[in-house]
Amino acid sequence: MRAKDRRGARHPQLASDPVVHDLEALLGDRVRVDGAERSLLSRDASVFSGGRAGPVCFPLSTEEVQGIVKIAARHRRNVVARGAGTGLAGAAIPLGAPIVVVTTRMNRIRSVEIEDRLAWVEPGVINLDLSKQLRPLGFHYAPDPSSQQACTIGGNISTNSGGPHCLAYGVTSEHILCLEVVGADGEVMVLGGLDAEPAGLDLRGAFVGGEGMLGIVTAAAVRITANPPAVRTLLLGFSTPREAAATVSAVIAAGIVPAAMEVMDREITRAVENFVHAGYPLDAGAVLLAEVDGTEQGSAIDAEVIARIGKEHGATSIRTAEDAEARDRLWKGRKTAFGAIAQIAPAYYLHDTVVPRAALASVLEQVYAIAERFGLLVVNVFHAGDGNLHPLLLFDPDEAGVLERVHGAAAEIVRASLAAGGALSGEHGIGIEKQEFMSEMFGPDDLDHQARLRRGFDPWCRLNPGKVLPSAHSCADLSELARAGEGIWA
Amino acid sequence: MSVTVDRELVSFCAEVGATGPVAVRGAGTRFEVGGPLAPETRVVAAPAGIREYRPEEMTVTVLAGTPVAELHAALSAAGQRSALAERGGTVGGALALGEDDLRVLARGKVRNSVLQLRYVSADGVLVKVGAPTVKNVSGFDVGRLMVGALGTLGLLAEAVLRTRPTPAVARWWCGEGIDPCAVRDLARSASVVLFDGTTTTLQLEGHEVDVDADLVALGRLGAFRACEGPPPLPPHRWSLRPSELLRLDGHATGSYVASIGVGTVFADRPQARREPPAAVRAVAARLKAEFDPSGRLSPGRDLLAAH
Repeated sequence: MRAKDRRGARHPQLASDPVVHDLEALLGDRVRVDGAERSLLSRDASVFSGGRAGPVCFPLSTEEVQGIVKIAARHRRNVVARGAGTGLAGAAIPLGAPIVVVTTRMNRIRSVEIEDRLAWVEPGVINLDLSKQLRPLGFHYAPDPSSQQACTIGGNISTNSGGPHCLAYGVTSEHILCLEVVGADGEVMVLGGLDAEPAGLDLRGAFVGGEGMLGIVTAAAVRITANPPAVRTLLLGFSTPREAAATVSAVIAAGIVPAAMEVMDREITRAVENFVHAGYPLDAGAVLLAEVDGTEQGSAIDAEVIARIGKEHGATSIRTAEDAEARDRLWKGRKTAFGAIAQIAPAYYLHDTVVPRAALASVLEQVYAIAERFGLLVVNVFHAGDGNLHPLLLFDPDEAGVLERVHGAAAEIVRASLAAGGALSGEHGIGIEKQEFMSEMFGPDDLDHQARLRRGFDPWCRLNPGKVLPSAHSCADLSELARAGEGIWA
Repeated sequence: MSVTVDRELVSFCAEVGATGPVAVRGAGTRFEVGGPLAPETRVVAAPAGIREYRPEEMTVTVLAGTPVAELHAALSAAGQRSALAERGGTVGGALALGEDDLRVLARGKVRNSVLQLRYVSADGVLVKVGAPTVKNVSGFDVGRLMVGALGTLGLLAEAVLRTRPTPAVARWWCGEGIDPCAVRDLARSASVVLFDGTTTTLQLEGHEVDVDADLVALGRLGAFRACEGPPPLPPHRWSLRPSELLRLDGHATGSYVASIGVGTVFADRPQARREPPAAVRAVAARLKAEFDPSGRLSPGRDLLAAH
């Protein structure tokens, strides 16, 4: 099996690429060069296109990842790692026909060490699978992105993923104790440690959220969290998103940090209810899903306070999930919200920005106005507790010129969030989506220091070049990347 | 007000300058950590003061020279606190060391509480990393590198920190001959469980009903009595895996107080040097060369020296 495509035909041109020869010597038929595979892996889950994959590798071990990076170094080729491809900022899109390393087959949970409250996992382990495996032991992995049924821990580390329950439990970085990574020179390194305060620079902390540009994760020691004895989930209906947002701020001001506080607007709530029949109120202008956990008594106190604050802010309905099944149905609604969109429009652009909680309502109103100005339908489902907006711009990709309007509206939403004192992204990352917006948030000296961090890890600019930093601060020549590999890898 | 503060930041930059060895001294409470500075090092002070406190956002913007006690006094007026250790030092010092508070189980790790930093670079320029919102992805996480770097990559000027509500009640308890690991497993509201080989000392905090319920449950393990606070802590700080505490070697540590479930041990004798492997040292050396090419920031400080 050498350099064959899916139909088994020999591909003389591709096989003549010496890098393919070396990769095949290492991985055998776990190197793919056929057009279908490469085209599939030239994108992520975002609306962005324009990537071009070179040879695609499916390593099974740390040693194989190391071998791939060493081959890449020898042939002066770039490497882009990817997990399940659920990213939404284009971070895993291969630019310039690099070697693509797919880590999904490295999917073992190597060990669970209860005494140290940790699990060693490989990068291809699926987020939700980890929590399912831990459940009988009384633990779970806290970060829970909406894509958790599909996304991998390796991808979560690269984007420093969040999720509804990060409000109380913190984003991915807070749950990574130690990383085994292959560096840009092909050396295997262990960053961080399992002890309380590892010595030296916090390279683990610097690595998380590195979007594949600092190294390739081959294993991670993740913190596991004890399941709380009691969980209470409240569903509050409001006439407008403004009242829901005000309730969220008031809850925090009252000194309660719930496990999660999620808001959905009317359109998305209707679509979701149609989909999961969880009992979401169809007449509400917005719903707030709030969850508190802890002991029976403590969580009851918090739930009562949230209900009272909701009433004071005009809640039209308040419901507490009566049992675990009802709670699961409500969460299923929230987490499949993006799928439910299919009832409204054939495609969507899922946005991700952060604003101070106090600015939620006003920025939300601007989001509706921006969408209207660009002639687009927008629906909102967001992590209200930490001010993380997720406007979904809905469109029909067959409509001529629609993508330009979508990107135009998206840019204005970013600017509105920044003007309100917010940030570019809460959890999706920068990738290529927000790359050029970095200059609107940071000055040249700030960006220069980010580039220094990148060079410290990868002075050769070998790993996932052309992402995160705007072109003026990138070590990669973006136009050159766009042309690279146009020959046989076109 | 912000104009005044910005002027302070600008003058701090000017004071650091662009040439010659330089370091910041805060309150000096832990100034010996990392070993002595090179003799010719100029020592400067970072500006002090709370710039903006937004309790409803759970964020505070504070200048690095501010005493942690002053910060916590301001936060407690709104029923909040930060993850920084209260031990007499400054905010900048606490971040440069990166050591967690004794009650880290409830307060969180210092490095997780940093949202945005401004620091003066080796070429005397003010650099901003991170963002002021409680959740943000803002490119590469340079801020994480700065926490615990002892001022060797940049000199901290200002931080935006996450704050947290202070629980309704907090009470200390201690007792003898009680398995501290069982205490840790049982007491969900414990902010810290300490063990010195004989006595188990813990703090419970949260809703009063939860603290009371935990105390009733703990009664099954042995007799606890109320106490004032933690026992006196020996001077040296060890970092171990939580599971290693079960096999703690009193001969190596001398008398000790171990933080169960965390892995920090306060001991009479210093911990052996923890040298990372060569590949990790190479990355750390490249980062140092990138951020401080001439080696002028806090020269002499050794991040691997025992605390």
